[in-house]
Amino acid sequence: MDPARLIRLDDTTWRAEPTGAMRAPVVIYAEEALIRGMDDKVLEQARNVATLPGIIGAAYAMPDAHWGYGFPIGGVAAFDPTLGGVVSAGGVGFDISCGVRTMLTGLPASEVEPRKAALADRLFAAVPAGMGRQGDITVEPAAMDALLEGGAQWAVAQGWGEAEDLARIEEQGRMAGADPAQVSERARLRMRRELGTLGSGNHYLEVQVVAEILAPEIAAAYGLRLGEVVVTIHSGSRGLGHQVASEFLLEMAARGMPEGTTLPDRELACAPIASPLGQRYLGAMRAAINCAFANREILGHRARMVFRELFPEAHLSLLFDVSHNTCKEETHKIDGEPRHLFVHRKGATRALGPGHPALPERLRAVGQPVLIGGSMGTGSWVLAGLPNSEARAFASACHGAGRALSRHAALKRWSGRAIQDELAAAGILIRSPSTRGIAEEAPGAYKDVGAVVAVTERAGLARRVARLRPIVCIKG
Amino acid sequence: MRASAGAAFALFPHDADLGVTGQGPTVEIAFEQAARAITAAITEADVAETERVTLTCDAPDLDLLLVAWLNAVIAEMAVRSMLFGRFRVRIDGTHLSAELWGEPIDPPRHAPACEPKGATCAMAEVRQDAEGLWHARCIIDV
Repeated sequence: MDPARLIRLDDTTWRAEPTGAMRAPVVIYAEEALIRGMDDKVLEQARNVATLPGIIGAAYAMPDAHWGYGFPIGGVAAFDPTLGGVVSAGGVGFDISCGVRTMLTGLPASEVEPRKAALADRLFAAVPAGMGRQGDITVEPAAMDALLEGGAQWAVAQGWGEAEDLARIEEQGRMAGADPAQVSERARLRMRRELGTLGSGNHYLEVQVVAEILAPEIAAAYGLRLGEVVVTIHSGSRGLGHQVASEFLLEMAARGMPEGTTLPDRELACAPIASPLGQRYLGAMRAAINCAFANREILGHRARMVFRELFPEAHLSLLFDVSHNTCKEETHKIDGEPRHLFVHRKGATRALGPGHPALPERLRAVGQPVLIGGSMGTGSWVLAGLPNSEARAFASACHGAGRALSRHAALKRWSGRAIQDELAAAGILIRSPSTRGIAEEAPGAYKDVGAVVAVTERAGLARRVARLRPIVCIKG
Repeated sequence: MRASAGAAFALFPHDADLGVTGQGPTVEIAFEQAARAITAAITEADVAETERVTLTCDAPDLDLLLVAWLNAVIAEMAVRSMLFGRFRVRIDGTHLSAELWGEPIDPPRHAPACEPKGATCAMAEVRQDAEGLWHARCIIDV
């Protein structure tokens, strides 16, 4: 994107004033090099979001923003139901409540390194990854409603997790307001054998080493120690979320908005929050969030079982679990007044600052852990929400590196086998059912996550706490 | 499959996801080819035709019918844990019925490279060109 299309407000804040049907400006947080690397469609899509009824503040794009469908990936937008505000299935995305959790092992890397090949093999065997690999859990129809209402709390009650985890999951692991009755039979069928599976694409389970600490006090509060091993999982609501999104996207595209309303892009598919369709979607989406909470809790449980087998002295404790594809009902101060808003984060992570009442007591003083996935070669980051995160973009930050090359281009450029060998030589063991999938997810296909998180910090969205270096990666 | 002049499918790049196109002398064949493109995105291996599945879907217009059709195919893949190599589509107005032939996914042999999540309305378009060929295109979230 040509930066000349935007007004530069400061080092990391760029703005496009409302024109035409736009009801709000666009604000992009990025440095010039990242702006130049963004597709023009990021601005086009953010402008389209800014035309939606009831939008408050601006249509925001995070430093890792890239061309999505409807909303840009890395997009944040809040809507006021009292002003005709909308909820958008396209603004949440297909992988509802896709998110990241990081678990601390307390093990020094020196203890894990000699056994990491066995660890990689055991994790790959224990964590079903990739299309067509089903889990050993079958969710019978009678249990499905309890899962969709209970989320991670349900998983813990089944013995697939630990009660101590719940305080470290958004919403204490259970999203209120779920309405399982709005989840179709087809969506339930898609989930019947997928609970506790990783999925495919950019989903992963990584064993990582804390390679650098930038904020020692916060790292200490998080339990992150230099040279120790952590486990990070990136997955979501699996087939159930995909089906909920597909069905509501079509329904909203066909008849979501009142007759006579013109949307600039069908993929913006939305409905007034106060409408029956909007309410039905919110109920189904929240049920899918619970599905994702349960799925990541079970994946964490599987990782715990493998570590218990290989490192009996280790106990994996949850640092945090946070989603980056949601629409949440939140209260934010606008011009000094609290407003009740529906905040869409599509490829954007909630980033609550210090003192926020929704944070668990032990994290409240330092702010919410913001977990940022990189690529399988370059590592990931732990950030922390800042006091001014809320004023910047409704307490939101980036969610990953963002792709630099399409899957198509990556496949033409790299061989999966060669990538696997190169990474093994660099000390990173990859286990995946598909070498083609590895090529599509090659580290070079992603932008520099280090640059993205540095800009995220400079923009005041979240602060860098620690860098994590992968040593084992299970890819779907 | 039906031998049809001009029938073809292709994948095209999209930042994080994947574009599929199908073309053919009829709109039905264009839809079939777009579905074949999804299978090609998942696996380079042959897909045997050991099982037959039927489905129907509806949408208010052809563009949304394409999205509904591809979503229905993706859902069948997920629910049945199958891949499909051959499709036969019938369209009557805005109602679609189809037969799909395929086999259960064999991860070691098919080595699925990705798992389609759903068909999006982004760039969804069904059109007939000046030569009479039908084109069906949309973005698949993977």
